[in-house]
Amino acid sequence: MKYDVILAGVGGQGVLSVAAVIALGAKKNGLQVRQSEVHGMAQRGGAVQAHLRLSDRTIVSDLIGKASADMILSMEPIEALRYLEYLKAEGVLITSTDPVKNIPNYPDLEDIYGRIRALPSSRLVGAADLAQAAGSARSTNMVMVGAASTYLPVEEKNLLAAIEELFSRKGEKVVETNRKAFHKGRENP
Amino acid sequence: MPEMVLLGDEALAMGAIDAGVSAAYAYPGTPSSEIMEYLQASAARYGDYVAQWCSNEKTAYEAAAGVSLVGRRVLVSMKHVGLNVAADPFINSALLAINGGLVLAVADDPGMHSSQNEQDSRFYADFARIICLEPRTQEEVYRMTREAFDLSEAFHIPVMVRLTTRIAHSRAVVRTGERRAQNPVNKSTEKAGWMLLPATARKLWAELLAAQGKFLEYAEDSPYNSLELNVKFTDFGVITAGLGWNYYMENRDELPVQPSHLHISVYPIPAGKIRQLAERVERIVVIEEGFSFVERALLGILPPSVKISGKEDGALPRTGELTPDNVRGILGLEPKQGIEGSAVEIPGRPPQLCAGCPHRDSYDALNQALAGFDPKLVTSDIGCYTLGYLPPYQAIETCLCMGASVGMAKGASQAGFHPAVAVIGDSTFLHSGITPLVDAVASGANMTLLILDNSTTAMTGGQRTILTSSRLEKLVHGLGVDPDHVKLIVPLRKHTGENAGIIRREIEYRGVSVIIALRDCIQTLKDRKKKEADQ
Repeated sequence: MKYDVILAGVGGQGVLSVAAVIALGAKKNGLQVRQSEVHGMAQRGGAVQAHLRLSDRTIVSDLIGKASADMILSMEPIEALRYLEYLKAEGVLITSTDPVKNIPNYPDLEDIYGRIRALPSSRLVGAADLAQAAGSARSTNMVMVGAASTYLPVEEKNLLAAIEELFSRKGEKVVETNRKAFHKGRENP
Repeated sequence: MPEMVLLGDEALAMGAIDAGVSAAYAYPGTPSSEIMEYLQASAARYGDYVAQWCSNEKTAYEAAAGVSLVGRRVLVSMKHVGLNVAADPFINSALLAINGGLVLAVADDPGMHSSQNEQDSRFYADFARIICLEPRTQEEVYRMTREAFDLSEAFHIPVMVRLTTRIAHSRAVVRTGERRAQNPVNKSTEKAGWMLLPATARKLWAELLAAQGKFLEYAEDSPYNSLELNVKFTDFGVITAGLGWNYYMENRDELPVQPSHLHISVYPIPAGKIRQLAERVERIVVIEEGFSFVERALLGILPPSVKISGKEDGALPRTGELTPDNVRGILGLEPKQGIEGSAVEIPGRPPQLCAGCPHRDSYDALNQALAGFDPKLVTSDIGCYTLGYLPPYQAIETCLCMGASVGMAKGASQAGFHPAVAVIGDSTFLHSGITPLVDAVASGANMTLLILDNSTTAMTGGQRTILTSSRLEKLVHGLGVDPDHVKLIVPLRKHTGENAGIIRREIEYRGVSVIIALRDCIQTLKDRKKKEADQ
C-alpha cells in the first residue's frame, strides 16, 4: 500500500501543521512516512506546498511524481489547481472554498469552482465557516484534515491522537477546538 | 533503538548530539537553519553543549577551529553560499592537525528555493582535499554525521556532510543509537600543526596530499558506495549520487531490465568502483543532485570509448533540482501524463512582505525621498527586504551577496554617481556590512546607508540578531560616521512624510550618512507576544 498526498496553500495557512498531523497519525497507524516541506522565502504569503508520502513499505523519494498523487489537499482553491498535474486519474482533490486574494490577477472564483467540480473526484469544503463553528478561524486547517480523513489510509483515532499530541503544549482548549474542527470537516459533506 | 520523526536538518543535529558534540556554531540560512534551531531547542533535554548563532559563517567556522584545537567535538553549519564566506578558514583548516572532530554541515539549494545561486559544495570538499559524505535518507543523515566525527578524528581533517534542500526539509523516521560521551578538554600537542606559516604550511600541505590515498581507500571500501552488477545487461549502467538515488529508485521498477548500478555517498570519488562498472557497460548514465561533479570527473577516470550521459550532454536538466519525473527520459521511460484538463492557467503567487511589515513603510519613505532623482541607484542586500525589488515597491535594484550593498554604493559614488543609496537589514549589516562601511568612511564616499533594523533575521524564521538594536547606533558611531548624519527613524505609516524628508536631506549631504529604520519584525513580534502570553 502506498498513498501520496500533495498539500497546498498560501504561506501562513498552516499547511505544515496539516502535514505534521497526518504524518504523525500515519506513523501511529504503523505506516512509513516521508514528508517534504517548503521553508524560507516562500512562506512569506507565497504559494506553499508539501509532499506527504505514506506507505507500508520503504519510501525512497521525498518528492511525488506527476500523475502519481492519490490526493491533493489544499487550503485554497487556486492553489489546489496549481498542482493538478500531480494527481492520478482516480485521485481526489479536496480544497477549501475560501480564496486568499493577495495577488492582483486572481481568477474568477466561480470558474475555478467549476473546474474543480468537473474533476472525476473532488470535494469543496467551506472550511472557514466550519472552523468558526468549531470555535476558532485558526482551526481551518484541521477542518481540512477532517475532510481528508475519510479518504486517508489512517484510522480516525490515530489522527485525533496526533492532533492531541501536537497541540497539547498550547493547552486543552486549543486541543478541543482543533478536535471539534476535525469532526466538522469529517462530518460535513 | 528509539525512533524519532525528524527533518534531515534535525537528524543532523541529533547525530551531532549523539556523537558527543561539545559546541555548535552557525549563521542562519535556508535550508540549513533548522540544524541550529534543533540543537538550541534540544539543549535542555540532551545536555551540556554550546549551540550559538554567530555574526557570520566565517566567525562560526573560526570558533569551531578553536574547539577542535582543544580536543572537543564541534559542528559548524551553514547554507551553500555561507561556505563562500567561510571559505578562507575552511580551505586552510584542511591543512591543520584537526584534534577534536570538526564536522562542517552544509546545505545546498538546487532550484534556488531561497538562494542567490545553486552552487554545489562537493566542489569545495574536493578543493580542500577532504572527505565529503552525502546522505540520501534522514536516517543516513544521522548515521553519517556520527561517522563524520569519527573520520575527522581518525584522519585529522574537517569532514563535510552535504545536504540538499529536499533532504534537509523532509521528515522521516530516524532510529537513533546510544549517545557517546563528550571528549575532555585535551589541547593538541601538534606544535606546528596549527601554524600556517609558509615553512610549516608546506609540510602540512604535503602531509594532506600524502593522506589522499587513505581517504580514497576509505571511500572505495565504504558500504555507502554500493555497486550492484548485472553482467547480463551491458547497454548502460547507472551512477547515482545524493538524491539522484531516490529518484532513480522511484522509477527503477518500470525498467525492463535492472542495469548495473553504482551509488556514491562518500567522496573522494571511488574511481576503482567506477572502473569496475565501466568494464561491464557501453554507456554510463549519471544522475546526481547538483552540478555535474561526478560526471565531469568520469572524463578523467574512464577511456573515451565509454559513453557518458548526464547533465553535460543535456540528457538531464543542467539547472534546478532533480525530480522523480525529470530523470525518466535518461532511463528511456516515457513521461507521466496528468489527468485531462490539467492545463489550467493559474497566476503565480510570489512571496511578499507581510501586512504590517516595517519594510513596507521604509520603502514608501525611501521612494518618496528619491522622487525627482533620475537616474538614481539603490543597491540592496539579502533578506525579506529583497522583496522590495518586486511591485508594488520596486525600490531596490541589486542583490549580490551578504553585505555587498554597502560596498557597491561606495564604489558607484566614487565612480561619480549620485545619489547612491544602500539598503541593508540589521542582521546582514552585522554579518558583512560593517567592513565596507569602514571603507566608505575612510574614503569619504558620498553615499547614504539605510539600515532596516527589525531586530531579527526574519527571512530564515526570526532568529535573534547577534547585537541588540540599542547597540547598533553606537556601533555605527564607533566606525567613524559623523554623528550628525546618523539618524534614527521609526518606519510607521503616520511618519512616512517626515521619514522621507530625513532620508532626502541625508542623500543631499555630501559624505557618508546612515539612517537606521527601527521597528520590530511583525512576525517576530507576534511570536514574542504569544510566548509572553503562554508564560
